[in-house]
Amino acid sequence: MIFMKRILLASTVAMAFAGYANAADLTVGFSQIGSESGWRAAETSVSKIEAKKRGIDLKIADAQQKQENQIKAIRGFIAQGVDAIFIAPVVATGWDTVLAEAKEAKIPVILLDRTIETTNDDLYLTAVTSDTVHEGKVAGEWLAKAVAGKDCKVVELQGTVGSSPAINRKKGFEEGIASASNIKITRSQTGDFTRSKGKEVMEGFLKAESGGKNICALYAHNDDMAVGAIQAIKEAGLKPGKDILVVSVDAVPDIFTAMSEGEANATVELTPNMAGPAFDALKAFKDSGKAPPKWIQTESKLYTQADDPKKVYEEKKGLGY
Amino acid sequence: MTDKPGLLTVEGICKSFIGFKALDGVDFTVRSGEIHALLGENGAGKSTLIKVLTGVHQPDSGVIKIDGQAVNVRDTQHAQNLGIGTVYQEVNLLPNMSVADNLFIGRQPMRFGFVNRKLMEERARELLAQYDLHLDVASDLSRYSVAVQQLVAIARAVDMSGRVLVLDEPTASLDRHETEILFAILRQLRARGLGIVFITHFLDQVYEICDRVTILRNGKLAGCALTAELPKIELVSLMLGRTLAIATHNTRRDRPVPAIRQFSFKGLGRSRSIAPFDLDIGEGEVIGMAGLLGSGRTETAKILFGIETADTGHVHIDGNPALIRTPQAAVACGFGLCPEDRKSDGIIGDLSVRENISLALQAQRGWFNRLSGREQTVLADKFVKALDIRTTDIEKPVKFLSGGNQQKVILARWLATNPRFLILDEPTRGIDVGAHAEIIALINRLCDDGMALLVISSEIEEIVAYSTRVVVLRDRAHRGELSGDEITASNILGMIAAEPEGASA
Amino acid sequence: MSRLNTAALTKAMPQLLSLMLILFLNYLAFPGFFEIRLQDGRLFGSLIDVLNRGAPVIILAIGMTAVIASRGVDLSVGAVMAISGALAATMTVSGYPVPIVILAALGAGLLCGLWNGILVAYFDLQPIVATLILMVAGRGIAQLITEGSIVTFNEPGLIFFGTGSFAGIPMPILIAALLLTLAIAVVRRTALGLLIESIGINRSASSYAGLNSKLLLLVIYAFCGVCAALAGIIIAADIRGADANNAGLWLELDAILAVVVGGTSLFGGRFSILMSALGAVIIQAMNTGILLSGFPPEYNLILKALVIIVILLAQSFSSLGGWAFLKGEFRSKGANRQ
Ligand SMILES: Nc1ncnc2c1ncn2[C@@H]1O[C@H](COP(=O)(O)OP(=O)(O)OP(=O)(O)O)[C@@H](O)[C@H]1O
Ligand SMILES: [Mg+2]
Repeated sequence: MIFMKRILLASTVAMAFAGYANAADLTVGFSQIGSESGWRAAETSVSKIEAKKRGIDLKIADAQQKQENQIKAIRGFIAQGVDAIFIAPVVATGWDTVLAEAKEAKIPVILLDRTIETTNDDLYLTAVTSDTVHEGKVAGEWLAKAVAGKDCKVVELQGTVGSSPAINRKKGFEEGIASASNIKITRSQTGDFTRSKGKEVMEGFLKAESGGKNICALYAHNDDMAVGAIQAIKEAGLKPGKDILVVSVDAVPDIFTAMSEGEANATVELTPNMAGPAFDALKAFKDSGKAPPKWIQTESKLYTQADDPKKVYEEKKGLGY
Repeated sequence: MTDKPGLLTVEGICKSFIGFKALDGVDFTVRSGEIHALLGENGAGKSTLIKVLTGVHQPDSGVIKIDGQAVNVRDTQHAQNLGIGTVYQEVNLLPNMSVADNLFIGRQPMRFGFVNRKLMEERARELLAQYDLHLDVASDLSRYSVAVQQLVAIARAVDMSGRVLVLDEPTASLDRHETEILFAILRQLRARGLGIVFITHFLDQVYEICDRVTILRNGKLAGCALTAELPKIELVSLMLGRTLAIATHNTRRDRPVPAIRQFSFKGLGRSRSIAPFDLDIGEGEVIGMAGLLGSGRTETAKILFGIETADTGHVHIDGNPALIRTPQAAVACGFGLCPEDRKSDGIIGDLSVRENISLALQAQRGWFNRLSGREQTVLADKFVKALDIRTTDIEKPVKFLSGGNQQKVILARWLATNPRFLILDEPTRGIDVGAHAEIIALINRLCDDGMALLVISSEIEEIVAYSTRVVVLRDRAHRGELSGDEITASNILGMIAAEPEGASA
Repeated sequence: MSRLNTAALTKAMPQLLSLMLILFLNYLAFPGFFEIRLQDGRLFGSLIDVLNRGAPVIILAIGMTAVIASRGVDLSVGAVMAISGALAATMTVSGYPVPIVILAALGAGLLCGLWNGILVAYFDLQPIVATLILMVAGRGIAQLITEGSIVTFNEPGLIFFGTGSFAGIPMPILIAALLLTLAIAVVRRTALGLLIESIGINRSASSYAGLNSKLLLLVIYAFCGVCAALAGIIIAADIRGADANNAGLWLELDAILAVVVGGTSLFGGRFSILMSALGAVIIQAMNTGILLSGFPPEYNLILKALVIIVILLAQSFSSLGGWAFLKGEFRSKGANRQ
């Protein structure tokens, strides 16, 4: 069985290689989820920039958050005979058939930002995603270093209950502070990844922890919630970033404004540049025929107030966040 | 007949609604093989008694016996299982389902776990054929008139009643022919040994078909007798608790025909609804409109009042052209309409008697010119008194009033607007004998006060009694007009029944 | 008059009791619940949070009450909030003065409401279907306006509507209270209350009575749209940004729930705007309580559902004359024992 598979794979690779020797005029179809968030918009614009850099023709199809639209778009790409297909899958399951069609047409598929559940990993070439557990861990480690052994009660704003980034960013953060017994998470509630919920929940935290005097730090699973919470802290008469440390994940532009004003302390970047590494892997594959690893992890970069947040804000602002 | 055993017996039934005693120690017996009339004024408690018998309401005290066995009728389903089929006064069918569904709902013929539609529709057609009804049983019930819906409800109840059949004013919206068909069926059922309870305000029908009568007054038993042994005069005084000169309302009043006809409708018509017709009405004149069910009487009223827009024709009021395409426009011209279908087009069930009476006047005055609570109360009190509306108080939701009293509330609603031209579609339907005479007197009085009236009615004698002119309709067209001494019951009947060829009289 | 008031109070009993119970539970979970102090010239405390956070839903519930009383429902209010917020934010960022921005955002809500109203009144679409269209499309429109990102603004004039205060009272509370007073006054002083109930109970009969039910429906939906737009402005101002994806998300359900908890039937008819506002406060008191309780967030929805079931059961119990029934039952049992 395995032997057969290998032969199949080898022949696919060979065919793909033979067919598209000229990488300069590669055409890639990208089935994007839709404009579900600012980060998504940035991912789209960064993908365009990265494609332009490499002289790749990138066709983007907006699926408006529907799997059936994505499947239609993929079939369209197959019919057009593109050289590769990128998919940011809106859900994890239900891809086997259409991916098998792509495989049949010998078009390599790369998953961006999210993975899928499938019985056959050969259906896609590789997945470029960030490690959300790692993101949480970076945030936790930063906090452990920042408080340097002092006692610290942390309140946590979780993402949407049950979503995998919420679960993983929580887990990673706990790993990050595991060695620092001085840090305790005293309250944890969901803010649904939104600014207004972040603000509302933080208001509750502040009341419940005697006006916020007991809170030493806030960890938010995304920047939007942190931005909302910062406003709540200010309205309670405290100074965010000083009285209460603020660390969050994503690195959207607005958090850099807050950082430049000293109201937020650190953020861990979920890079919108998923396409860049994917293009590189694709090119390497086309050139050498060597399949990349099944998972390419993007960098989870930590930004603090020391990183010239104003400048980063200007850089990021144009990306459509 | 008298020695037949009691099939369904109730003893000492009491039922109160929030501080109001609707039934007070009522005894009532239906025997096998008899048609038993249940009579009484509007609000006497007839429908309530039926609802207690059939499990809609639970009695506060008293016993219900079937074949001498005391039973506790839990709900309507239970009543059906006990062999009691019922048509309530406010027919409750499902207008958005097909005729066949309505006939067989809850007992559809099944095949392989699915409803066998073909069989069901076939049976529905057979069932309705007995009533001389030939409908498309697969189409929605709401397509058909009130009368047809009434017949469907009756057919369903008859089909389901094993032992007792209860009919609450079944003939209110039926005409002569349909009533006769129904009576033929009732006679058959009687011969088969069913006990039949028959509620009506048509005393002639009581004498025509009923064996015995039970009379209720103010929730109490007022009497029970063999029909043959109870003269009509006595029956009426038992019902009303006073004597009434029944004869009065059948005498024709001569009325001068007005010289000017302020309201003129020329060539008004609407395809597939009513053929174009001309109609002129003057103030101080009553036009009676006669015809069979479905002859286009209600359609005429709807077009005159702007509920349905006319395809053709024009309207002149006081010689000036007027455009009436909505009820608001009609009301602005001083029109009023008491609709035929009281439940769906008339009452606003959850609103109080006071609010229901104020509604048309309020709509006329506009959204921002509110009738104050006091003004509404004064208005409602006035009409409750004037029309003798039986209600515990004016804040009672109108849906809790008896059928006849609801009818009076709608009449009050329009009288409150003091209209110039009032259209009444079956105003005496479901109204008791006493109130019937009052409403006819009212029509005469309004006319004398200079109102123009158009009255649609299935009761020919009634039309004869108050009309200055009579328009007769047949097959969705106005076929002729009678005036002065031509207005007699036999002339009207003759025109209704005339062959299409001789129609243009 | 006083008889009427006591009757109204008895009718409001289940809601008032629920609110008191929830407030008491909140107090148990967090003893500082009733503390209120002045912070930067603005009232500050959990009780204030309940009203402040509840304000958008109160405003939505005011419009929704009229719609539901007319036997309709408006599923699009959440999306309309997103549209008005998005418009307010983008216009502010492009430098339009605040009054123009507010008028434009409210105008957008009015247009949305008119659209719903036309579909319902003149095209006879079922309200749930008619407003579903805008519920789905509206968020897309909002996303088009913001181009998919959160539009952040710093215009103090606009932010004032979300976080400002007057005489110590946060603006959202003030706005909601004002609108509530205005709406109640209109219902009391004009015939609209009666006419809305009338078309809600029996639209056909109302038309026969000469009521312009189409126009009235149109006005009701338009009003509901304006309310939604106002709520949208407030929540955008509160977070200084318009989040087209999340602004007002699922709030239509909270608004409907508030109306139902307030005792207005989904089948139309009798309504009370004040009671709907009370319903909104009950819901928010519960939300705030859950946040203060420190329960893990996985329990939020279950807790919420449980509380709502209890409230609605209590309500239907009392409307069925349950209390009187219970009393009678006990009495007759007592009699049996003797
Ligand atoms: N659910 C209810 N709640 C309160 N009062 C009621 C209710 N149902 C009936 N009533 C009252 O009980 C009395 C009897 O009503 P019922 O409907 O039995 O009269 P009826 O004899 O059938 O009159 P009609 O000839 O007009 O149909 C009326 O005064 C009515 O207002
Ligand atoms: Mg009755």
